[in-house]
Amino acid sequence: MKFSVTWLKDHLETGASLQEITDTLNAIGLEVEGVEDPAERLAGFTVAKVLTAEKHPDADKLQILTVDTGEGDPLQVVCGAPNARAGMKGVLGQPGAIVPSNGMELRKSAIRGVESNGMMCSVRELELGEDHDGIIELPDDAPVGHSFANYHGSSPIIDVAITPNRPDCMGVYGIARDLAAAGLGALKPIAFPEFTAEGACPVQIRTDDPEGCPAFYGRVIRGVKNGPSPDWLQQRLKSAGQRPISLLVDLTNYLMLAFGRPAHAYDLAKLTGAVVARRAKKGEQVLALNEKTYTLDESMVVIADDEEVHDIAGIMGGENSGVSDDTTDVLLEIAYFEPARIGVTGRKLGLASDARTRFERGVDPAFLQDGLDLLTGLIVELAGGQPSESVQAGSPPSEPKVLSFDTAHTARLGGVDVPADEQRRILESLDFAVGGNWPEAGKLTCPLRRHDIEGPADIVEEVVRIHGLDTVESVALPRMDGVARPTATPQQAIERKLRRAAAASGLHEAITWSFLPENEAAHFADGGDLWGLSNPISEDMKIMRPSLLPGLLTAAKRASTRGSASVRLFEIGRRYFRGSDGLSDERATVGAVLAGEKAARGWASGKAAMFDAYDAKAAAIQLLEAAGAPVDNLMVMDEAGSQFHPGQSATLRLGPKKVLARFGMVHPATLRAFDVDGPVAAVEVFLDALPSKKAPKGAKSFARPSFAPPALQSVTRDFAFLVPEDLAAAELVRTVKGADKANITDVRVFDVFAGQGVPEGSKSVAVEVTLQPGEKSYKDADLKAISDAIVAAAAKQGAELRG
Amino acid sequence: MTDLTQQKNEALTAIAAAASLEALDEQRVAALGKKGWVSLALKTLGGMSPEERQEAAPAIQSVRAEIAGAIEGKKAELEAAELEAKLASETLDLTLPAPLQAKGSVHPVSQVMDELAEIFADLGFEVATGPEIEDDWHNFTALNMDESHPARAMHDTFYFPDAAPDGGQMLLRTHTSPVQIRTMKAVSENSPGGAPIRLIAPGRVYRSDSDATHTPMFHQVEGLVIDRDIHLGHLKWTLETFLKAFFERDDIVLRLRPSYFPFTEPSVEVDVGYSNEEGRRVVGGSGDDAGHDWMELLGSGMVNARVLQMGGFDPGEWQGFAWGLGVDRLAMLKYGMNDLRAFFDGDPRWLAHYGFAAVDQPTLSAGVGAGA
Repeated sequence: MKFSVTWLKDHLETGASLQEITDTLNAIGLEVEGVEDPAERLAGFTVAKVLTAEKHPDADKLQILTVDTGEGDPLQVVCGAPNARAGMKGVLGQPGAIVPSNGMELRKSAIRGVESNGMMCSVRELELGEDHDGIIELPDDAPVGHSFANYHGSSPIIDVAITPNRPDCMGVYGIARDLAAAGLGALKPIAFPEFTAEGACPVQIRTDDPEGCPAFYGRVIRGVKNGPSPDWLQQRLKSAGQRPISLLVDLTNYLMLAFGRPAHAYDLAKLTGAVVARRAKKGEQVLALNEKTYTLDESMVVIADDEEVHDIAGIMGGENSGVSDDTTDVLLEIAYFEPARIGVTGRKLGLASDARTRFERGVDPAFLQDGLDLLTGLIVELAGGQPSESVQAGSPPSEPKVLSFDTAHTARLGGVDVPADEQRRILESLDFAVGGNWPEAGKLTCPLRRHDIEGPADIVEEVVRIHGLDTVESVALPRMDGVARPTATPQQAIERKLRRAAAASGLHEAITWSFLPENEAAHFADGGDLWGLSNPISEDMKIMRPSLLPGLLTAAKRASTRGSASVRLFEIGRRYFRGSDGLSDERATVGAVLAGEKAARGWASGKAAMFDAYDAKAAAIQLLEAAGAPVDNLMVMDEAGSQFHPGQSATLRLGPKKVLARFGMVHPATLRAFDVDGPVAAVEVFLDALPSKKAPKGAKSFARPSFAPPALQSVTRDFAFLVPEDLAAAELVRTVKGADKANITDVRVFDVFAGQGVPEGSKSVAVEVTLQPGEKSYKDADLKAISDAIVAAAAKQGAELRG
Repeated sequence: MTDLTQQKNEALTAIAAAASLEALDEQRVAALGKKGWVSLALKTLGGMSPEERQEAAPAIQSVRAEIAGAIEGKKAELEAAELEAKLASETLDLTLPAPLQAKGSVHPVSQVMDELAEIFADLGFEVATGPEIEDDWHNFTALNMDESHPARAMHDTFYFPDAAPDGGQMLLRTHTSPVQIRTMKAVSENSPGGAPIRLIAPGRVYRSDSDATHTPMFHQVEGLVIDRDIHLGHLKWTLETFLKAFFERDDIVLRLRPSYFPFTEPSVEVDVGYSNEEGRRVVGGSGDDAGHDWMELLGSGMVNARVLQMGGFDPGEWQGFAWGLGVDRLAMLKYGMNDLRAFFDGDPRWLAHYGFAAVDQPTLSAGVGAGA
């Protein structure tokens, strides 16, 4: 909220400088968001006296003035204002000054051939008002040569952010009270203009919804004269960023901005019968002051007469009964509304207002009659009229909270020693009544306006913020007992290893959005239902991702559009599913995309090599290995999913059902859907499917199974087999390995060939078998026996040793 | 005898002149071969009287040794020359590029999260996690923001159409604070006496906000300490100590300002002093020093008594502090990025520039920060 320093000083007797005021506001929790000093904007504008005024020889509407600036020789200024004349005083902008209304810098110039050394200014040019009919005329006693800003009394405007717990500071008076408590001056008592009330209130006022509107106070004033507000009032409203409208409206706004107390003035002529606070009827409509029509329901409180709804209670008045220039009789409303009800209504209607902001946070229940009398007094003083007696329907909450408080708690929670006397002074200056057995077992009666005070911690906060948080000294946390222990969860430890393994293998880690456009999510849904936001920020960020690949494919597309010939991206994050219990089922996942060139063309390697399905397989296995999966026991099986090339993709499984990863070339249709140029290889590793390591019983052991490298050298033997062309290489390898488990330690495919010299329907697969002798070296007969076993085993797969 | 000397001299000359191993071998055969002149001379010894032999033998043996030695020496010389010629022919242009392994990188957010985990491990903080799709209760109600709380409006929450099993909407968590509740409940329900608690909870959070400095998804790290005798002074020390370790400078100055968060009481906004150097904010020094200013860094405070109760702790016995800090912002401040949106764009050029090598694993002993 914004207010001028002048306004603050209406309520605070202080000699503090602007800097002291803003520093203190920050220190006590009223965060200063900005300070605007009109004196800065009016720099270079001074009070000047017009000495002579002659007609411009070449322009009918211009005059040539000589102006006394208070310093040196008079300046010649060309002026087009009809009211410029010799002897008057006005405001001169000299060369170098910047005109507030348009940001233009004034310069010495020639206007129709006549030199001009500045500008005599209008109200509008200085943004002091709308008037542009002539230049500003200052009284005769205005001091020539003085800064106009000083003369005018322009006051700096402070903008503070009020946190939702402090509605009592949503008025300048409340801010002044906090500043006074912080020692920045004395809070001035509120000045109530005198008035004499006569006669009972002629309008019946009721609350038929005592839960939503516990109290409704009012009064009628007859014979008021509405019109423009006086300068002081306009200036205050403007400093708060409000446009003055008319005296009656401005005064209700002033009551809200100065005292945090919203009120409403109805044009009595437009009301019929009793004025009642009640629940709205379902479907009931009201045309509000913002000229929009709102449809209400029973949860909302309204103020209505016999005919219609005139006010969405606590939020916005109705257009039909608002005051106008012709209004002569008004009904004032000051009510207390249940904060929660106002919040719900505001949210339902999507309607924000200054009144709602205050009511939903809680206004001061003790400031109804005072507020009404203050508003009445101001209206009578400025607009005349005869007030009736006030009338009170219902009553606001009046039971103050009483808290037990031990002053030692301030040090215990706040970490700062504040003497008990100082704590008492602070609390009393904030209108807490101190009683009980102070300081150990004090009883604090809280002011009704402090809805935020709930317990001792709130009292500590009050004391510490006024005493100064800067007095809190750092105190070291005690070290935990014992030696350092691992602090990451097992899942985090795995993800860290994976991340660094992936980066080490040449992949860049990306972080992509958790939400996707619907079509992209649908493409990867695999029949699962999608989980979408009700209020996405855009259609492109609507559905929680069922896979990490769409985000990476989109990033790869962007990268290749930007000219990257080779894109290697990975991401570690979650896929999101709706759990059967209705809660979130988030599954840790690694995604990787390899697009374009694996190796650029080179002087040694020739043509560029593109990523292929084996690169994806290698990445999948490396990632799984980094994650601690038993990669030697994995099965390569089909069904990578419809997003993959059916002949160039697979899953890696631990057992036939447990899919740990899928990899392969992305399906051309998927590439088309994502508008990516192929070929693209992709991997997805499902960390949620990894077998969890069993926690060891007893003490953790880091010892490995014992091992000594074999003393004897291993031996390799090559076998070339003719096999049916659809036999998977892994099947042959598995069979060969199984031929003699005691001796065979490794079987490696080193050649696959089909074509010339190989019969139709067959292929040649050559494997290198590594044999590890145990105690004794192999003899020829041993090697022959092993070879025979290998050939015999392979024959079961239809393999035939090539001659 | 003179014949032998002459033959020897001739042979030595020829050996010295041999241009190849083959030519040298011819000389060897001519001298030391079965029918070589040295061999023939040795054979003459058999027909000599013992006296003659005693005189002639040493001379012939000496010649033989001299020839053999010369041949060995020449052979080594020729072999060395041959190897040298072979190596010379194998010269490569090593300015040609080598087939390097492609370089990958770790995202700055991950790197900074690893740094945080490292620093806080030293302070005894464990790392905790929780779901990103939360229910209303954990994200708001348990944090002292019931349905009508005005602070909810400040959260720009993304909602799902589904209701949580216990009522309330499902939503994307707007902060990492629900992890506080989940951890406190887990401790109070499963391992009473599990307190004191010290945890950090890094992770993705979401707010419906998108402009130059806000993205609808970003990262926070929550901190929570529950203990018996800890207060705002400990909070201040913890944050100071962390920031000093994180930025690796001792001149970190914090300014605490009163603020308001429903889940803490007292609530404290923490500013850090910084200066502008070459258009970048550099953390360090007091914001009140010349050329310095304060910047809002994080929100924190003592855990609200109601939140302790929701988490199953007796506020009469336990108190604690908590904070929430933007990880992306920390990364930007430390490593000098200026555009938050680029964090989530997946541009390999950006990642290569601002990312971190796999070997730059933050450790306390080697330093948690990674140089450019």
